[in-house]
Amino acid sequence: MATTQTPLETKKAPVIEPGHSFASVTDKISSIVLKRPVKAGWVFGFAVSFLILQVLLFAVGYLFIKGVGIWGINIPVGWGFAIVNFVWWIGIGHAGTLISAILALLRQSWRNSINRFAEAMTLFAVACAGMFPLLHMGRPWLGYWLFPYPNTMNYWPQFRSPLVWDVFAVSTYATTSLLFWFVGLIPDLATMRDRATNPVVRFVFGLLAMGWRGSARHWARYETAYLLLAGLATPLVLSVHTVVSFDFAISIVPGWHTTIFPPYFVAGAIYSGFAMVLVLAIPIRKYYDVSDFITERHLENSAMVMLATGLIVAYGYAFEAFMNWYSGNPYEGFLRWNRLHGPYAPWYLALLFFNIVLPQILWIRKFRTNPIWLFLISLDVLVGMWLERFIIVVVSLHRDFLTSSWGMYYPTRWDWAVFIGTLGLFSALMFLFVRLLPMISIFEIRTLLPEAEVKHK
Amino acid sequence: MQIFHRSSNTISKATIFAVIIVASVALWACIQLQRSPYVTYAGVARPQPVPFSHQHHVAGLGIDCRYCHTSVENSHFAGIPPTKTCMNCHSQIWVGAPLLEPVRESYRTGKSLVWNRVNDLPDFVYFDHSIHISKGVGCNTCHGPVDRMPLMYNFASLQMEWCLDCHRAPDKYLRPRDQVFYMRYEQPTSAKPVEVDGTKYTDQRELGKYLIHKHNLRTPTDITSCSTCHR
Repeated sequence: MATTQTPLETKKAPVIEPGHSFASVTDKISSIVLKRPVKAGWVFGFAVSFLILQVLLFAVGYLFIKGVGIWGINIPVGWGFAIVNFVWWIGIGHAGTLISAILALLRQSWRNSINRFAEAMTLFAVACAGMFPLLHMGRPWLGYWLFPYPNTMNYWPQFRSPLVWDVFAVSTYATTSLLFWFVGLIPDLATMRDRATNPVVRFVFGLLAMGWRGSARHWARYETAYLLLAGLATPLVLSVHTVVSFDFAISIVPGWHTTIFPPYFVAGAIYSGFAMVLVLAIPIRKYYDVSDFITERHLENSAMVMLATGLIVAYGYAFEAFMNWYSGNPYEGFLRWNRLHGPYAPWYLALLFFNIVLPQILWIRKFRTNPIWLFLISLDVLVGMWLERFIIVVVSLHRDFLTSSWGMYYPTRWDWAVFIGTLGLFSALMFLFVRLLPMISIFEIRTLLPEAEVKHK
Repeated sequence: MQIFHRSSNTISKATIFAVIIVASVALWACIQLQRSPYVTYAGVARPQPVPFSHQHHVAGLGIDCRYCHTSVENSHFAGIPPTKTCMNCHSQIWVGAPLLEPVRESYRTGKSLVWNRVNDLPDFVYFDHSIHISKGVGCNTCHGPVDRMPLMYNFASLQMEWCLDCHRAPDKYLRPRDQVFYMRYEQPTSAKPVEVDGTKYTDQRELGKYLIHKHNLRTPTDITSCSTCHR
């Protein structure tokens, strides 16, 4: 799978810094988990995340006692932060699947350094996302009603509803992502098992490694399974956010009822996903000193994906606006006017600035390769994509067809507590992940080394 | 070095199947439990202030359902008889029976007997007895052999799948209007045909189809729409 670094490519940074051997790669990555002492920075970061996680638990606990009335949702804005955050988180997850599945099928070897933690990010983001529809249901303990099972009502869920499609899309996505991540971990888990000195650690890694011995037969099966899972996960990158967009597009609400939603949602998902990859990769490579594995090349490639998907998103916005005018529909026309001049106009303009204008500086190579700039732009994109979902959900709903049904949406402190709480959950899981598992795929990095190449005479 | 005993190879393979079996059995158990009398109380007699026997009064004495449940034909509620209805007879017979003391006390004080409701539908279900009677649903189709119940129990699960079983295909259960209160009614067979309007029916489905037409039943689409019962 490895690609040769031809002299023509000298302008680009390598996918792995020179000077590494099989042994040094394994040593370096496994020692982060097995040998590196727990440092104050990690403890501090984890403690802060854990504290924010408690905010989530408190907010959700209070929500279960009081009901969704503690949120700012009302009629006409029945979908508030919960749906905004759901779409935002599930979108973030998409980058992990794109990196691990599509880039694997396309034999983009640079993915090998970032796929592991990008997949972990996917899982954690899906966990955060999956929570919101359940919390929003009001009676989350009846969430299983969404699944078709032989119930005593003798009724199936409403299969014509995109909300039911969503259940299948997201649960399939979560399952496939988990399997993909775990299967990809097995050879590394075996490495960790073999290198662990603590018997408990060895036992746990041994259990997880499922008896991996690294025989040729194991590898052959592993490659087949991984390829199959990559093939399964590839359509999911497109389908999951397409179905999420159907939640809106199938309805007849102006601002939702558009056919451009599926592609522009998918592009937006990958846009925000790569932003999150960079937000995680940049501190990790600095703090854990793995910039020889996550090189300037990875940052630049991710930045270019961000730029490209950002342009697709911009195209989506432009076409939305065009269709508002071209349809000749007065409600569509009003939506356009309302976005630009209505009560949420500052947020719409901020969205355009964050998502469309500012990221254009990624055309300049200097910004693409500068970690600090990239980090800031990625944060900007994450905020922008969150605003996009806010505009789609709230601005479309708050002006109903009848002026008598108009309203405003004001998020309450509980809305914020749940949202910020999921950020805590996400980062707490991420902190645990980088300490407990090899965050970079050891064996896939090794395939990038010159030693791994097949030598022809 | 070896961390696990070699038996773990077999155990790990077995667990793959065990997971499937355990999960299926657990699902099956949940489904069965949800339909069992433990949840539905079907067939479980409820304690009552007086151990009133439908068997004795209906089968033994031949009292019609409507003697006590007076409003069943023209109201949503079949009606629980006032103590006076009991006293019509019990002021003459069994006047000193200790078992009937709560009835007499109720009659003296004017305070109603508090029966425990047996066939209790959830409050979010709209149910009307009169329409079912007038379309030809027999009492015992839903309430079971009340004339053989020494103590009252609900015959059916009262779960929505049970309602829908009939609402999706009423021809499976309908009977002629004059047979509705007959507790020993039997569905037509070739040995025992049922005669309606001069025609002898030997098959329930055919009889049902005729009665649907005769009683002007609405279509299954109408009577299975959500708002028919959840108003």
